[in-house]
Amino acid sequence: MTLGFVTVLLVYQLVGEVISKSMDLPLPGPVVGMALLFAALLIRGELADGLRDTADGLLKHLSVLFVPAGVGVILHLHLIKSEWQAISAALVASTVATIAVTALVMVGLSRLAGDAQDGGEEPEDG
Amino acid sequence: MGKDFYQIWVYLSATPLLGLTMTLVAYQAGMWLYQKAGLNPLLNPVLIAVVALVGLLLLTGTDYQTYFDGAKFVHFMLGPATVALAVPLYQQFQKVRKSFPVILVSIFAGSVTAVISAVFVAWALGASEATLISLAPKSVTAPIAMGIAQAAGGVASLTAVLVILTGILGAVLGPWVLNALRIKDWRARGLAMGTTSHGIGTARAFQVNAVAGAFASLAMGLNGIATALLLPLLIGLFW
Repeated sequence: MTLGFVTVLLVYQLVGEVISKSMDLPLPGPVVGMALLFAALLIRGELADGLRDTADGLLKHLSVLFVPAGVGVILHLHLIKSEWQAISAALVASTVATIAVTALVMVGLSRLAGDAQDGGEEPEDG
Repeated sequence: MGKDFYQIWVYLSATPLLGLTMTLVAYQAGMWLYQKAGLNPLLNPVLIAVVALVGLLLLTGTDYQTYFDGAKFVHFMLGPATVALAVPLYQQFQKVRKSFPVILVSIFAGSVTAVISAVFVAWALGASEATLISLAPKSVTAPIAMGIAQAAGGVASLTAVLVILTGILGAVLGPWVLNALRIKDWRARGLAMGTTSHGIGTARAFQVNAVAGAFASLAMGLNGIATALLLPLLIGLFW
């Protein structure tokens, strides 16, 4: 992880925040920054090793970064207590529906495009 | 011992060191359990860390703000980490250029399904508006989902927990649903796991098949952008 590329990430985030706030976008600043960096990489057509390593280093521990916010649920335990049935039902139903719709649309459209990949080994898991 | 434990506790609980260290220790403990259990998605390290820390704060009567004064150093890195998601997105995009239109439409369909089905079911069962908005981006990777929830007037920390639970559910139920539907295309299986269950689903997909993992990773990034764009429109439509 190099300081130079950490600076690059922070600059993109900062520009994202400025665009998001000044144009009153509903998109969070870091998401605008991510879209800008993605666009810049597409235009440039190559990825610097240093940027790849810095991103890898940061993303390897991505999940620890949302622990502090997750603990904030302590302020909303009453909400979960009173609405846990609605929340659980919504999570299970929506998870099954989203998996099914995404996979079926992908398989259906691939067939239409003549790009089906149904052969090969039988997936047992995953 | 010079000072008694209570005095040391009073001193430490007022410094950022304690909150920061507790966060990292709880996460390492969660990671250790997760690896011991052979990467079983039910033992998600973030969920373990959050439950342990919430329990600890309740037991010691520490308020969240005091804890967060230390933990905010970890929290701050979410911003640059979100920007960094552009890098794997770009790498995966290069691999799948030719089937990109098909991928984009599939993820879009998944994104709309995730938001509408979750909000509809919770609404039908009488959930409050704050819960509905916090629930809407639950299939999106946590850093983006929390930003979306915040911008839309939801509760970001509730979203963080719902995102993790959705990740676990998808990793556990996903293979079963895909087998029941007889989906044999690894690309479609990966795409469905990544769209539904972000990083946790992607990790699960990578464990089984590299192609599925690549498509899951791409789906995770694109679903983040798709939901961030879609949710404000849907909210404008229904509220």
